[in-house]
Amino acid sequence: MQATSETDRPSGEHRLPFLAHQFDTPRQQFQTGKLGMWLFLATEILMFSGLFCVYAVYRHNHPEVFVRAAQFLNWKLGALNTLVLICSSLTMAWAVHCAHCNQQRGLQAMLGLTVFLGLCFMGVKGIEYHDKWKHHLLPGVNFKPELGHAGADAQAGTPAPQAKQAGTPALQPEKKSDAWTGPEPGKPPAGLAAFQPQDSAGEPAKLPGYTHIFFGIYFVMTGLHGLHVLAGLGVIIWILRRARRGEFSSAYYAPVDLVGLYWHFVDIIWIYLFPLLYLVR
Amino acid sequence: MSTPAVPIPEPHAQDGERHLPLVWLLAVWAALLGLTAATVVASRIDLGAMNVWIALGIATVKAVLVLLFFMHMLYERPINFVVLCTALLFVFLFIGFVLMDTGAYNHELIPDYAPEMRR
Repeated sequence: MQATSETDRPSGEHRLPFLAHQFDTPRQQFQTGKLGMWLFLATEILMFSGLFCVYAVYRHNHPEVFVRAAQFLNWKLGALNTLVLICSSLTMAWAVHCAHCNQQRGLQAMLGLTVFLGLCFMGVKGIEYHDKWKHHLLPGVNFKPELGHAGADAQAGTPAPQAKQAGTPALQPEKKSDAWTGPEPGKPPAGLAAFQPQDSAGEPAKLPGYTHIFFGIYFVMTGLHGLHVLAGLGVIIWILRRARRGEFSSAYYAPVDLVGLYWHFVDIIWIYLFPLLYLVR
Repeated sequence: MSTPAVPIPEPHAQDGERHLPLVWLLAVWAALLGLTAATVVASRIDLGAMNVWIALGIATVKAVLVLLFFMHMLYERPINFVVLCTALLFVFLFIGFVLMDTGAYNHELIPDYAPEMRR
């Protein structure tokens, strides 16, 4: 517990530089900030709950759509992003720890590492979005898997006799495809062709009706989460700049702590999104 | 934390409460990585309708770990926990009532609307 003579002084004639005038003590200021942050996080939880509610209703009514459509997501990239975000949560908690222990260098290094990992997350997300874009697995009227399918086959140079007939009725409600067991594990799929299941008669099974809504849910949920990651990156960079100026110490690091709370919240949302979107069986 | 010589206000009042040592943070991190692997493995085993509940259970354990240690809810004032619980209560009410409602309709009224809905 080392303290500079400046911060040792009680409030009164000589105010602490970081203590806003409406607070009596640094402790009161910190606790008030924390309460404010938790109230904000409560509104964030309620906002995301609307999306989780859509997910729950839709999965309740259309389990076959989820089983089928989730196969189009790359669970390995999802798992990679989960690891990246968990590591970034550790570095953020580590940064708060460094601030608490007055380790300026550690604080800056850990904040920088958190920003780096956050950028990695967005990079992987970008790869995934690009993949969906390429295969026309987009929500609403832009959901045209048959285009992506034909395009993928044309690129690969392999003939795709079923592409047309498989694609055209994709949005029609289908009967049942018990034969569908998902892509073989371990084998990376080559375009959408690898996803095209065949039923017992050798006919390609069609996508269930309303499949496009899964991608609507996927893009809105991961998109809103991605916006939160971007916002988090913004505030962490702001905190990092302030840390470079030496504004934080063991006597004052409330902004680091509060930004950390926000970042961990974003991590928790992804912890739920990963199994719910990528690991549907 | 022992009370410092300076009475009020405490200069290190940033953290009147206890502080987690670094080892704990690393242990939580390792647990989170392990649980991520567990959720992937669990999704490979076909347990029917149980799969989603297992996935949600593992995710909740991870969320609680993050909440207690990374977000140090363990040492937080009770009022912050009350705020969190209020939000979660309304999330459960919201999703619970909506699911009760959606389950109350006869989905067969629309042909092919929900062909494989579990009853």
